[in-house]
Amino acid sequence: MSEGEKVVKLLGAWPSPFVMRPRIALNIKSASYEFLEETLGSKSQLLLQSNPVHKKIPVLIHGDKPVCESLIIVEYVDQVFSSGPSILPSDPYDRSVARFWAAYLDDKWFPAMKAIAGAKGDEEGKALIQQLGEGLALMESAYHNISKGKPFFGGDRVGYLDIAFGCFLGWLRVTESHIGLKLLDQTKTPGLAQWAETFCADDAVKPVMPETDKLSEFAKLLMAKTASN
Amino acid sequence: MAAKEEQVKFLGKWPSPFSNRVELALKLKGIKYDYSEEDLSNKSQELLTSNPVHKKVPVLIHNGRPISESLVIVEYIDETWKSNPFLPPNPYHRASARFWSKLVDEKCLPPLWDAFWCDEKGREKAVEEAMEALKILENEIGDKRFFGGDDVGLVDISANFVGYWVDILQEIAGLQLLTSEKFPKLYKWSQEFSTHPIVKQALPPRDKLFAFFKSRTG
Repeated sequence: MSEGEKVVKLLGAWPSPFVMRPRIALNIKSASYEFLEETLGSKSQLLLQSNPVHKKIPVLIHGDKPVCESLIIVEYVDQVFSSGPSILPSDPYDRSVARFWAAYLDDKWFPAMKAIAGAKGDEEGKALIQQLGEGLALMESAYHNISKGKPFFGGDRVGYLDIAFGCFLGWLRVTESHIGLKLLDQTKTPGLAQWAETFCADDAVKPVMPETDKLSEFAKLLMAKTASN
Repeated sequence: MAAKEEQVKFLGKWPSPFSNRVELALKLKGIKYDYSEEDLSNKSQELLTSNPVHKKVPVLIHNGRPISESLVIVEYIDETWKSNPFLPPNPYHRASARFWSKLVDEKCLPPLWDAFWCDEKGREKAVEEAMEALKILENEIGDKRFFGGDDVGLVDISANFVGYWVDILQEIAGLQLLTSEKFPKLYKWSQEFSTHPIVKQALPPRDKLFAFFKSRTG
């Protein structure tokens, strides 16, 4: 059986930015897949079996083989569904730049954003918001250098870094409304503001980008659950 | 095939396992490079310009273009110099190697590091987590000679801290974490790794590394 014929399943949850990444990748490749939604607070047998080390989503199951870690899945999808448009840049240096920024977002920027909700007091909150803002300034500059006038980090089409960064836009909007301050907008980050609009309107992204209202409601639920634990 | 005039420069710090990953990658590919030892208490202009975001080593500068983050650099090296590949061609096996490489970095290194440097209070928990991490690697190496199979690959390079640094640090700290009794397969791998003909040229000398870390213990 060819790779393209094997069944693709994705274990995930609609609010997760990490789950969004492989979904966008699969959409770019026009690859059909079965989306198996995990329930908040419990982990399915399939999840525990296919990602025994981390027990986390997303997990892609291709045929009977599990692939874990969102960006690793994106690279896998790009390689396997080779007839669709490319997701990673073709040049090794461009790839290293994209991977560098994706690592920055995952290791430094997103953890700061996540921490804002649980920040103890004004001082900590302010420091995190500043870190977030500085990160966006870095990404604005990176966007100009990498896109070179084209709409996406990936050029004419959504690519690896667009996916790695764009998946956080929903949660960024929720955070902005929580702190009452816009961080990514026309004044502060004009390039990214335009990019965000174009990204969210893309055919591969629109079906899987959750509405900010729905995410806000979910965030409240999550906070209540965390508080009660 | 000889490349056109290649300029490869590497900014590093000899005791750092992250820096060492890049050195391993360069030596395994037989790439000629210029090395610059960085003093992190007095960072060079070159470092600050080539890694303005993190201001850290290692940094690889290839034909004037900088790349940062050790594993990003290692993958760049693998994709640019095609001999002795660090990753297998099959997409599933590549994904698996990347998964394990990331796991070593995020789940194994931190508790192992903490186990050596933590104070009494945090030591027990750190050691427990470190042992769990080693157990995961023990299961993964199985009967393979290297994580990469017959030869050193991406995961082996990522796990250089486990393969070489841990033995030295545990001696200094008086801890018995990675031993042949507790983790026979992983221990055997660490011996294969550190005596590999090319790897051993790239690793810092044991006594020098021992003295370096010993001088940092209180």
